[in-house]
Amino acid sequence: MTESFGSAAIGEAIDAASGTALCAYITAGYPSLDGFADILTAVAGTADVVEIGVPFTDPMADGLTIQRASRVALENGVTLEWIFEVLGDMAPSLKAPHLLMGYYNPFLAFGLDRLGVAMTETTTSGLIIPDLPIDESGPLLETLQPRGLALVQLVTPTTPEDRLIRLTSAGGGFVYAVTTTGVTGGDAALPTQTLAYLDRVGSAASLPVLAGFGVRSRDQVETLSGHVDGVVVGSALIEAIDRGEDPGVFLEELRPAAVSA
Amino acid sequence: MTMTKNSLLAELIEGAPPSDGRFGPYGGRFVPETLMAVLQRLERKSIELLADSGFKAELKAEQRDFIGRPTALSPAPGLGERWGAEVYLKREDLCHTGAHKINNALGQALIAKRLGVSRIVAETGAGQHGVATAAAAARVGLPCTVYMGVIDARRQKPNLERMKLLGAKVILVETGDQTLRSAIDEAMRDWVSDPDGTYYLLGSVVGPHPYPWMVREFQSVIGHEARNQMIARGGGLPDVAVACVGGGSNAIGLFRGFVGDPEVELLGIEAGGRGGDGDPHSATLGKGSPGVLHGAMTPLLQDAHGQIEDTHSIAPGLDYPGVGPEHALLRDLGRARYESVTDDDALDALHECSSAEGILPALESSHALAGAKRWAASHPGARIVVGLSGRGDKDIQLLTGEVPHD
Repeated sequence: MTESFGSAAIGEAIDAASGTALCAYITAGYPSLDGFADILTAVAGTADVVEIGVPFTDPMADGLTIQRASRVALENGVTLEWIFEVLGDMAPSLKAPHLLMGYYNPFLAFGLDRLGVAMTETTTSGLIIPDLPIDESGPLLETLQPRGLALVQLVTPTTPEDRLIRLTSAGGGFVYAVTTTGVTGGDAALPTQTLAYLDRVGSAASLPVLAGFGVRSRDQVETLSGHVDGVVVGSALIEAIDRGEDPGVFLEELRPAAVSA
Repeated sequence: MTMTKNSLLAELIEGAPPSDGRFGPYGGRFVPETLMAVLQRLERKSIELLADSGFKAELKAEQRDFIGRPTALSPAPGLGERWGAEVYLKREDLCHTGAHKINNALGQALIAKRLGVSRIVAETGAGQHGVATAAAAARVGLPCTVYMGVIDARRQKPNLERMKLLGAKVILVETGDQTLRSAIDEAMRDWVSDPDGTYYLLGSVVGPHPYPWMVREFQSVIGHEARNQMIARGGGLPDVAVACVGGGSNAIGLFRGFVGDPEVELLGIEAGGRGGDGDPHSATLGKGSPGVLHGAMTPLLQDAHGQIEDTHSIAPGLDYPGVGPEHALLRDLGRARYESVTDDDALDALHECSSAEGILPALESSHALAGAKRWAASHPGARIVVGLSGRGDKDIQLLTGEVPHD
C-alpha cells in the first residue's frame, strides 16, 4: 500500500530500495486497454517507482520502440482522462509510487490546474516531461509545487556545470540522468567518461539520481550501481512485454544479485 | 491592453532578437535538455554574426554570386488586367535552386561553418529546403543528410534526385505521418544524438529559439528588396503584400519589408485543402489553437487531447500542422491577416499565372496568387505585391497526374 505520494514519497521509495532502485516505464494502454491493468500491477509489484507513459503523436526524444508503443496506445484510444480514470481505480492497490511521463502538449491541452487536481486525486507523485526544460516550466511548477508534486528534471552529458547545479536542486522527486546523447531505446555503452559524468551529477545533487536511456541488461545495472541510486528501464521492458514475457520477472532479473550481508 | 499591443508591435518592427525567445505568448524553447546548451550557443553565435560586418559582407557577396540576388520584381500586366489591379511578383522562383529556401539555407550554412561542426542535417517537405540545404552545404564544404517523408518523396521525386546529385544523403522517413512533420521529428532525433558535431539547418521560421528569429533575418532580404524595388519604380508602396504560409518563412521575409509601413496590408494565405467541412487542411492560423510542437509554443492543428492532427494540402510545402510564432503574434496584434484558399483555387491560380505571365509558379506560391486574386476583387485598382516563393517545375508530376495528390 502506498500511503503517501508526491516528491517526498518518490525519494523515500528510492532510498528504501534494496540496492539499486528500479524505475520502470510502461506506455499507458499498451499493448491493449484491457491488458494494461495487469501489466501495471505486475510492474508496480517489482519496481520501486513506476513511470506511466502518456502517448503523443510526435515523441521526438524516443526511439522506435516507444514511438511504436505510443502509436498503438493512441490507436487504442488512450487519453489523459482514461489514464486518470484507470489510476483512480488502481492507485490505492499499487505497491510502488507512480509518475506520468510524456510530452508537454497533451498535459497543456488537459489544463495545468486540472492536471494538479487529477494528479492529487489519483496519488500521482509527479511528472517527467522531456520537452519541457526548466526554463519553460514556470506555469507547470505553479500548479505542482504547492501540491508537493514532482517535476523530475533531466540532465544530460551536454548539460553545462552551472546548469547542472540548477537542475539537480529543482523539480523534486529524483534527478533523471540521461546516460547518452540520443533517443530512448538504444544500448548504453558505459565508458569511464559516462560514469564520471554520473558521479558529477551525484555530487551536485541532493536528490537521488537515476540513470536512464539505453539501460537493458543486468550487467549495465551492476556497472551503474556504484554511481547512481537507481536506473530507469523503458524500451527494454516494452520489448519484453512484446515477447510475451512477464514484466515482473523481467524486471526482477535486472536487479544485481543481492550483495551478501 | 492597447499599450501592451503597441509596445509589442513596436518591438516586432524594431526586430531585435527577442531576449526571452518569445513573440508575445508564442515561441520559446521547448526541447530536450540535450539540446539546451547547443541552442544557447547557436543563439549567441547567430546574434554575434548577424551583427558582424565581416559576416554580413560575406553573406551579401554569396547572395549575389551564388543565389543570384537581387531577384526581379516583375510587373504582371496579364494578371493585373484579369484581376483589375496593379500586380507585381517578387520573383523568389529565380533564386538558385528555384525557391526562397536558399536564402536561409545559405545563411545558416555559413553559420554552421563558423561553428566548426562536422555535418549538417535538415528536414524537407516539398524538397525545396532539402535541395537548398544540399546546395548550400556543398558550397561551404560540409556533408549533409536530409530527412524526407516517403509520401513527400513520392510526390516530389525530381527534388529527391536533385538532393542526391548535390551530394546529400537522403533518408526517407516511414514513421509518423510520413510528411514534413515526421521529417522534422526524425531530423531532431538525429540532432539529439550528436548535438555538438551536427548543425540542424531548420527550414522555416518555426522550432525553438533562435530559429524563428534567425530564419526570419535571412529571409527578410525578400521584403527589403521588394520595398526598395516598389519605390524605385516610382509608384510608391503597395497597398497589400500577399504570401503563402506553411511554416511561414517566405511570408515573414516579405512582410519584414513592410511591417513598419502601417498603410501596407499584410495578407498571409494558408492551405485550405479540399475545402469541405471536416476535410483535413493546413490552415493553422485560421483554425488552430496554441500548443507546443517542435520546440515552440504556437498555434497548432490538434485535437481536444493535444494530439497533433493529420494535415492536407496539395502543396507539400504547406502541409504542416504548426506555424511560425511571429505570424501568430502578427495576427493577434492585428498587423497581419490570414486567410485560406483551397487546393482547387491554387491549381486555377497556377494555370492562370502560367498562361497570363509565362511564369510557372510552385503550388505553394499559387496559394498566394489565389488569395491575392480574391483580395483584388474587393479592392479594384489596388497595388499588390505577391511573394512568388518558388517555381513549379517540381510539381510537374503532380500536375500531370503522374503521381497522386496525397
